[in-house]
Amino acid sequence: MTTVTHAKQKRRFQPMIIHIVLMVGSFLMVVPVLWSLLTSLKAPDEVTRIPITILPGQPHWDNFQKVADLLPFMTFYWNTIVTTLVKVLFGLLFSSLAAYAFARIHFPGRTLLFLLVLSVMMVPGQVFLIPQYLLMKDLGWLNSLKAITVTGMFSAYSTFLLRQFFLGLPSELEESARIDGCNPFRIYWNIMLPLAKPGLISVAIISTLWSWNDFLWPLVVNDSMDKMTLAVGLASLQGQFTTNYPVLMAGMLLAVWPMILIFFLLQKQFIEGITLGGLKG
Amino acid sequence: MNAKQPSSINAKRSKLKRREYGWGYAMVFPLLFGMSALFIWPVLRTIYLSFTEWSDFGNYHWTGLSNYIRLLRDTAVYHSLLHTLQYVIIYVPAIVILSTLAGVLLSSKVRGISVYRTIFFLPSVLMPAAIAMSWKWILNGDYGLLNAGLKLLSIHGVSWLTDSRTVLIAVVGVAVWGAVGLQAVIIISGIKGISPMLYEAASIEGAGRVSQFFRITLPLITPTLFFVSVTSLIGAMQVFDLIYMMVGTVAIDHVNTVVYLFYQQAFIKNDKGYASSIAVLLFIMILIVTALQFKLQKRWVHYD
Repeated sequence: MTTVTHAKQKRRFQPMIIHIVLMVGSFLMVVPVLWSLLTSLKAPDEVTRIPITILPGQPHWDNFQKVADLLPFMTFYWNTIVTTLVKVLFGLLFSSLAAYAFARIHFPGRTLLFLLVLSVMMVPGQVFLIPQYLLMKDLGWLNSLKAITVTGMFSAYSTFLLRQFFLGLPSELEESARIDGCNPFRIYWNIMLPLAKPGLISVAIISTLWSWNDFLWPLVVNDSMDKMTLAVGLASLQGQFTTNYPVLMAGMLLAVWPMILIFFLLQKQFIEGITLGGLKG
Repeated sequence: MNAKQPSSINAKRSKLKRREYGWGYAMVFPLLFGMSALFIWPVLRTIYLSFTEWSDFGNYHWTGLSNYIRLLRDTAVYHSLLHTLQYVIIYVPAIVILSTLAGVLLSSKVRGISVYRTIFFLPSVLMPAAIAMSWKWILNGDYGLLNAGLKLLSIHGVSWLTDSRTVLIAVVGVAVWGAVGLQAVIIISGIKGISPMLYEAASIEGAGRVSQFFRITLPLITPTLFFVSVTSLIGAMQVFDLIYMMVGTVAIDHVNTVVYLFYQQAFIKNDKGYASSIAVLLFIMILIVTALQFKLQKRWVHYD
């Protein structure tokens, strides 16, 4: 009897410890975002007061207006959305085409070409950076959205993931289509792509996240304000207005809210995408 | 293939096969074309450029090994290597331990666990520029939230990002904060792969949660932990965004890592030849360290 009640007590006690630890962890995870939000609503002299105040005396929504006056945020949104959409859509097309061929068509040299694609994943980005920059310069593409976009349209990583996905799909449908005389492209387009939808969505989400947050490449190929993405624009804000923290925090929130929103709407796909995409760290 | 088959069928079949090959090549072509131009050719060109010297107007000429000789003599290189090493040595164990802890807790069956997972994951969707900005404000020496909190415990906090003693650990802390949820998700997927029967058997034998963790969970997720440590190490060796945005001119000398040095040489000082040799150095280092990890994995990773 005693052991049973003991076990029962333990069963009630352990979840409580878990809850406490997870609550502390969750608190640490949200505090910076929450603090940015609270700061963004304060007056400039309010944040340099000691002792610090937690809540804003009166919400200063005008900080958001101020930061939008300082920087062309609408242009940043447009640039970020356009480059992200083009990168993700073309990236998916090129990667899935190649991934299907690598997975299902037995053409000579297939393994070698696939290894070539894989080897690119091993190389740190800095090794590509200078020649990519010089290429953009030679093409006259510096300070254009083309330069920001083009390198993101070809992903070894997405190809690798989608090939894995295609390999896991059943081949019966494909074979009957082939007997009916469908060519490989039509099999890919009409049969395999719809089947690969979950994989495509995961890859699309992870690519969207990387593209939205990408920093070094858009920083390097562009220094004009009207071609900046949110990540780089935000960094430039910091360089110019280091002291006005409420305005800085307002700018930071303007840059991150779309991703946070998409994350809350598509949590499951996000986490699946990240689990797949964890490799890139 | 059947030798008795009429040759016309054979011919037809090989024609079909050749057509299929054609489709295969056509389908991989767009990707391979782009990758060759933007990734494979650049690797070769960086290696070539590392043997060149650049003049002010963007002209360059072959100088043999002189960039590499300069690399060996440059104290800035040794400093950047030291800082990268320090960063990696703190970051990798911290992220592996904390994300394992978070992963184990987040895969327990308590109420509201999916809410916790969502919250832990939140930092992973934020851009490094935003993370840097937010934390810079929290770590501010005079008005920062952290020092205000420490004051309640009667601890006098320093100016974390300008003090040479704390700047590195502060950046590592922020990087860990930003990545722990993401790595935890990967570890959760590793834990999900463990058969529940093992835990049932263990609890019948009276093993507590802690001993279950050390005897079952930990050994069985070593492949996942290996994956997390390899990718975290590669990522940590390339740290740039956070340092570029969080650390000002005051303390940068204490945290300028290899990639920071590379960025400076390539795009601020415009010495693209020397910068290329730094990139090659980084690549070689990553290859060596990763190979080492793969070699050492036999000692602690269990594959069944």
